[in-house]
Amino acid sequence: MNEKDKILARIREALTVRAHFPGGRHDSTTGGEVGRDQRAQLGTPTAPFVSAPHSTLTPRPSRFDARSWLPLVGESFEARLALFQKNSTELKSTFHVVDDRDQVSKSLCNLRDAENWKKIGIHSGDLTDEANRALNLPVCCTDQPYDVTDLESCDVGITECDALIAQTGSVLVTARSAGGRALSVLPPHHVVLARREQLIADLPDAFALLKKRYAQNYPSFISFITGPSRTGDIERILVLGAHGPKKVTIFLL
Amino acid sequence: MKAFAEEFKQQARRLTEDLRHRAIIQTALHKYEVVRDKSKAAFQDWQAARQAASETKWDAINHLDTYLLEFVEKIEARGTKVHWASTGQQAREIIFGIIREKKARSIIKSKAMTSEEIHLNDALEEAGFDVVESDLGEFIVQLKREAPYHIVFPAMHLTRGEIGELFARELGSVPSDNPEDLTMIARRVLRQKYITADIGLTGANFAVAETGMISITENEGNARLTAALPKTLISLLGIEKVLPSLEDLALFLPMLATAGTGQPLTCYNSLYGGPRQPGETDGPEEYHVVLLDNRRTELLADAEQRDALHCIRCGACLNVCPIFRNVGGHTYGTTYSGPIGSVITPHLRGLQDWKHLSYASSLCGACTEACPVKINLHHHLLQNRRNASTQKPSAHEKLAFKLFAFVMNRPAVYEFAKRAGRLAQKFHPLVRGTRLDPAYGWTKTRDLPPVAKQTFKEFWKTRKPG
Repeated sequence: MNEKDKILARIREALTVRAHFPGGRHDSTTGGEVGRDQRAQLGTPTAPFVSAPHSTLTPRPSRFDARSWLPLVGESFEARLALFQKNSTELKSTFHVVDDRDQVSKSLCNLRDAENWKKIGIHSGDLTDEANRALNLPVCCTDQPYDVTDLESCDVGITECDALIAQTGSVLVTARSAGGRALSVLPPHHVVLARREQLIADLPDAFALLKKRYAQNYPSFISFITGPSRTGDIERILVLGAHGPKKVTIFLL
Repeated sequence: MKAFAEEFKQQARRLTEDLRHRAIIQTALHKYEVVRDKSKAAFQDWQAARQAASETKWDAINHLDTYLLEFVEKIEARGTKVHWASTGQQAREIIFGIIREKKARSIIKSKAMTSEEIHLNDALEEAGFDVVESDLGEFIVQLKREAPYHIVFPAMHLTRGEIGELFARELGSVPSDNPEDLTMIARRVLRQKYITADIGLTGANFAVAETGMISITENEGNARLTAALPKTLISLLGIEKVLPSLEDLALFLPMLATAGTGQPLTCYNSLYGGPRQPGETDGPEEYHVVLLDNRRTELLADAEQRDALHCIRCGACLNVCPIFRNVGGHTYGTTYSGPIGSVITPHLRGLQDWKHLSYASSLCGACTEACPVKINLHHHLLQNRRNASTQKPSAHEKLAFKLFAFVMNRPAVYEFAKRAGRLAQKFHPLVRGTRLDPAYGWTKTRDLPPVAKQTFKEFWKTRKPG
């Protein structure tokens, strides 16, 4: 018997004794007990639920209702945009809504001059290719295997993304959409180029999108980037740029 | 066995009297409370979210074998090697095996409490490997050769001045007490380590069964760099980390952040589903996942306390605990401190050795209220006490109850004891709280309630009729 089988045997032995379902007392019924597969079919919860006296005020939830408990997001595009804007400010990300690609190029060139960029990290894509042409700087491109020290010496990493999430102010990236694992974390400034239709409402939508887009073959890396890298490890005082980028700039076309 | 309890008492006494230490902890936790309350308030229904989270974890833990196998099958399908370890010793051997096979010298680590649990750093350093913690707080306590003070805020007990001195001494940096300067010093030192390290080692916050992915929550970007740059990546996690489905994270990620650091969402929430895939240009060539039991199955076998395995290690129960806030994290002498540590350590390391932690509690229930997955923490502390005394009854208590039974069965002796008690009470102030006091064990820290001047029986006899 190898360790895998031994551990599984111990687990199965342990689980022969039932544990009470949360919210119920030791002796209460377990009518609310529903596994993952049943929940997926149920959609809205209807199963009976016996709760302990202290939680009778809480209606029986199902985890597929996450949207009704998480922070509220408005229905319209404008509401989402306003929320993303507000969250970006709180997170200390910079968020620009721009009219067209020319304006992105212009803004990027201004940033290049203001921050004195000498080399950029980038991957190829519809939006990034145009930015690359406009910036006209030495490039470390992560579409092919690259030298890490070369990427480390870049002043900025410019990527596309899978989605922007209004609820949390996050940028959803994957190894496929954003030029691998390191491009969005190694250089000191991360610039994100996103399209209008990529702004989605909330985390449940984000996971639904991931499933829809990648369920057949997930990328090996997926990340929700929520503001510039930060730490509070010294006296709980916020410092930006702990190990990752000190700045995150997001352009929405 | 006495040793752990004695050490705990001595440390607790020393630290509760240390007003400076208490001030540091109160200030840090006050900052946490302010942001936590704000993030909690943004939820439309925090209580319903807690209930759902606890139901989801119940599902995961009570079908642990099924979900673990699903997780392993899915993550192996993309080229990850999964290892199973029953004990800390086995986990260390597996990790050493990988390191030797790769002929590695240097290892960069991102925060992993499981690695503290199996004392991995000590073992690696002893064997002559270069191991560096990359989380800033962990890096600080590693330089100081201390254990993490708190599972989420490892260096919360140190002031910026102390950290500045530490960096100047250990790293030869320019003395500074500016948190930003200090963070940048660590950033510079660690940058080179990421690039040169042979092996990256991480923990995990969740293991998603449905899609075979490890989820890592962090703020600094150190875990992302650890998982991106070295050629070989190892993740060490407890078997209880499993979550049934991918969308469960839509709830767990914001809840972990809110309860853990008070943020609506931490800066990086990343999912790793394997080594570099065809068509990808970076990431490790090899990915190893080590699943650790280390007596978690014993806790699983205790159906009454099984929900302690629902823990997502957010540290919320530590932050609200009046004991933790006064005695501090190191006093516990355990990997996991605070209420959750007091509950699980007796299962992981022996009830008789660690039962004292379950007595170091006011049973106020603040931990249970704070827990995002609704673990019944303060009841579990009581259950540990019950189990400890059933397993090994205290001689003192036994004697006390025998004496009580003897007196109560003999009315004459009872009458005598009553009078003696009332008489002795008159002289008690002379010795109260000193070692001459026969009730010293009680009175050194507490008041002794006075014996009534009149018993109910006496009162009944003297009452006026009508």
